[in-house]
Amino acid sequence: MWAYAARRCVIGVVLLLTLTLVTFMLFFAAPVNQARLACGKICNEQQIAVTEKALGYDKPFYAQWGSFVRGVVEGRKYPLDPELRAAAPEIVTDCTAPCLGYSQFNAKTVNELLTEAAPVTISLAVLAVVIWLFFGVLLGIMSAITKGSIIDRGIVGLTLIAFAFPTFFIAVFFLKYVVVKWGLLAYPAYTPIAEGGVGAWFGNLFLPSFTLALVFLASYVRITRAFVLESLSEDYIRTARAKGLKGRTVLFKHGLRAALTPLVTMTGLDFAGLLGGAIITERVFAYPGLGSLTVDASNAWDLPTIIGVVLVAGAFVILMNIIVDIAYAFIDPRVRLG
Amino acid sequence: MTASLTTSGTPAPFLEVDDLKVHFPTSDGIVKATDGLSFTLARGKTLGIVGESGSGKSVSSSAILGLHRGTSAKVSGEIRLDGVDLLTLSNEDMRLHRGKDIAMIFQDPLSAMHPYYSVGAQIAEAYRVHNKVGRKAARSRVVDMLELVGIPQPDRRYDAYPHQFSGGMRQRAMIAMALINDPTLVIADEPTTALDVTVQAQILDLLGNLQKEFNTGVIIITHDLGVVAEMADDVLVMYGGRAVEYGPCNEVLTHPEMPYTWGLLSSVPNLTADTNARMVPIPGNPPSLLNPPTGCAFHPRCGFRDEVPGQLCTTVLPDLEASARPGHLKRCHLANPDRIYEIKVLPEIAPELAKEA
Repeated sequence: MWAYAARRCVIGVVLLLTLTLVTFMLFFAAPVNQARLACGKICNEQQIAVTEKALGYDKPFYAQWGSFVRGVVEGRKYPLDPELRAAAPEIVTDCTAPCLGYSQFNAKTVNELLTEAAPVTISLAVLAVVIWLFFGVLLGIMSAITKGSIIDRGIVGLTLIAFAFPTFFIAVFFLKYVVVKWGLLAYPAYTPIAEGGVGAWFGNLFLPSFTLALVFLASYVRITRAFVLESLSEDYIRTARAKGLKGRTVLFKHGLRAALTPLVTMTGLDFAGLLGGAIITERVFAYPGLGSLTVDASNAWDLPTIIGVVLVAGAFVILMNIIVDIAYAFIDPRVRLG
Repeated sequence: MTASLTTSGTPAPFLEVDDLKVHFPTSDGIVKATDGLSFTLARGKTLGIVGESGSGKSVSSSAILGLHRGTSAKVSGEIRLDGVDLLTLSNEDMRLHRGKDIAMIFQDPLSAMHPYYSVGAQIAEAYRVHNKVGRKAARSRVVDMLELVGIPQPDRRYDAYPHQFSGGMRQRAMIAMALINDPTLVIADEPTTALDVTVQAQILDLLGNLQKEFNTGVIIITHDLGVVAEMADDVLVMYGGRAVEYGPCNEVLTHPEMPYTWGLLSSVPNLTADTNARMVPIPGNPPSLLNPPTGCAFHPRCGFRDEVPGQLCTTVLPDLEASARPGHLKRCHLANPDRIYEIKVLPEIAPELAKEA
C-alpha cells in the first residue's frame, strides 16, 4: 500500500520533469525572441546579444532546461550572467528554491506571481467544488430515486439548461442582474481572509464560485443519477432487499456506497483542473487568479510565467491523481486486497 | 388447483401459490412474465421449477419474496405462506417476512454480494435485521453458520471480501446468508449455474443436508434436469410464463407427457449413453411474452402437432389437467403422449432404454 503510494510519487516527479521539458521545447518553438522582447523596442543587435546573455538565452536549449531544473532545487539569482551580477549588484533578484523562473514582463520572479494568484484560484475552486458536489449529488440522488416522476424530469431539465449556457454568459448574467440591476449582492472583489475575515472572503467569492460550480453541477447531477440508477439495478441490491433490509438502508448503505465511488475520481480530476485556473470565470469577475495570470502572460509572450503556471497546474493534476488512487484503495477492498 | 391436488401426498402444504400472475406494463403492451401459475409445497420438501430463460421461473420466485413491490409490475393471485396471503401484506410487513421466513439463494454469488463489505458483515447484517442482537453475538452466530456450510477457518474468513472467496465458497456463504434466520422457505435461483461440476455436487449435497436438518421447504429454480433429478420431490416445468407439466419428480422425468419436456430431456447430454444417441435441441426461440403465440404457446416449436386433430394446437390453449397417470398434470392436446414418447422420442434420445421397454 505505502510502497504503491511511494512509487506513484516517484512517477509523479518524473512526469513533472517531462512536463518542464515539453514546455521548454514549446518555448523554443515560439516565434519570439525573449531577449528582444525584454530589451525593448529600440535595441540594436549588440544590445540584444547582451540581454540574451544576461537572461541566459545564449545557452543551448538543454543547458537552459538544466539550469531551470537546478533552479527549482537550489534557487537562482537573476540576471543569470555572473559578470552582470558582479557589475551591478543592485539589480540582482534572488529567487530562492524552488525557483520557477523570472518574468521580465512583470519584473518579478514567477514564484511571486504564483503566490499572489494561487490563493484566489484555490479559494474559488474549493468553494465551487463544495457547492457542486453538495447540490450535484443531492439532486442526482433525488432524481434517481424518483426516476420518471415530475421531480426527476424537472431536475434533469433544469440541469440541461444550466449545462447549455456557457460560463461567460452565466457570469455576465449574474453580474448584470443579481449584482447591478437587483442589487442582491455586492460587486464581488477578491478579499483574502487575512484582510476581511472569512465573512468577506466568502461573500465576495460566492457568486464567482457559484457560476463556476453551475456547469459542473449540471454534469454531476446527471452522472450521479446514472451511477445511482446503475447501482440500484445491481444484483447485490436485490440481495439486500431479499434480506429484509429497510429501503433506506438498501439505498444508503448498499446503493450509494458503490454509486458514489466513481465520483471520487471525477471530483479529484475536475478539482485538479480548476486549480490550474478558471480562466473564463476569473476573467469575467476580474479575479487575479492563475487563470487571469495565464491570459495576461500569453498576451505578453511572458513565457517564463506560462511555464510556471503550466508546471503548477500539472503538479495539481498529478497530485490529485495520486490522492484519488490512494483514496480508491481505501474505499474499494478489491483495489486494496486484489 | 386446490390443495387436494398436492402431488407428493405428504403433509399439508405450507406454501400455496394460486393463479399467480406477474405482468409488466410496457410502452409496447403488457409483458406477461408469469400468467396463472399454481403450485404447493410442503415443509421439508423440494419443488424443482424447470424451464428455459424467459419462461418466468425467476420472476415468479421474486414475486413470492415480494421483490416486485415498488416496481411497475402488476402481481395478482394468491401466495399463502402458513395461511397468510403474502400479496395482501403491507410493504413493511412483507419486509419483515423477507429474509426471515423466506430466503433466497441467488445465481451468481459474486455479483449478488456487495463488493465493498466483508462476507461476514453481509451475513451478520441479514441476521441483525430480524434479531435484536449486538455485533458480537451476531458475529459468533455468523461464524457458526459459516462453519456449518463448510467454510474452513470461519473466524478468519468472516473478514474476507467476496472477491477473495472461490466460487464454491461464495455460494456456501450465500447459503449461510439465506439460512441464518432459519427460514421455512428457501428459494434457490439457479444455485449451481455459475459453478463447475464438482463444486455443483458439493453445493447440492450441502443444500440437501441443511434442508433435512432445518426441515425447510425448498424451491429450486434451474434449467438443469440433473439438478432436478437429484434434489426435487416435485417438478414444475414452465414455458412462456405458464406451467406446462407438474408432478412428482420420478413420474415427470420417466413419463413426460408434454413435448416441451421431451425437448428438455432430449437436450441433456448423457455420458453413459450409446454414442449413437442424438442430442436433439429444441428448434426455434422462446416465445415472446408480449405477443405470445395463439393456442398452445409451444406450438411453433412443437414437432408433434400433426398428432393432434384439427387446428387445436394453434387455436386453443390447453388447460393444465390431470393426465392418465396419477398425480401428473400436463398442458397438452396430445391424447396418448405416453405412447408417442415411447415409440418416437425415446428410441432417438436413449436407444438402450427404448429397447428395454
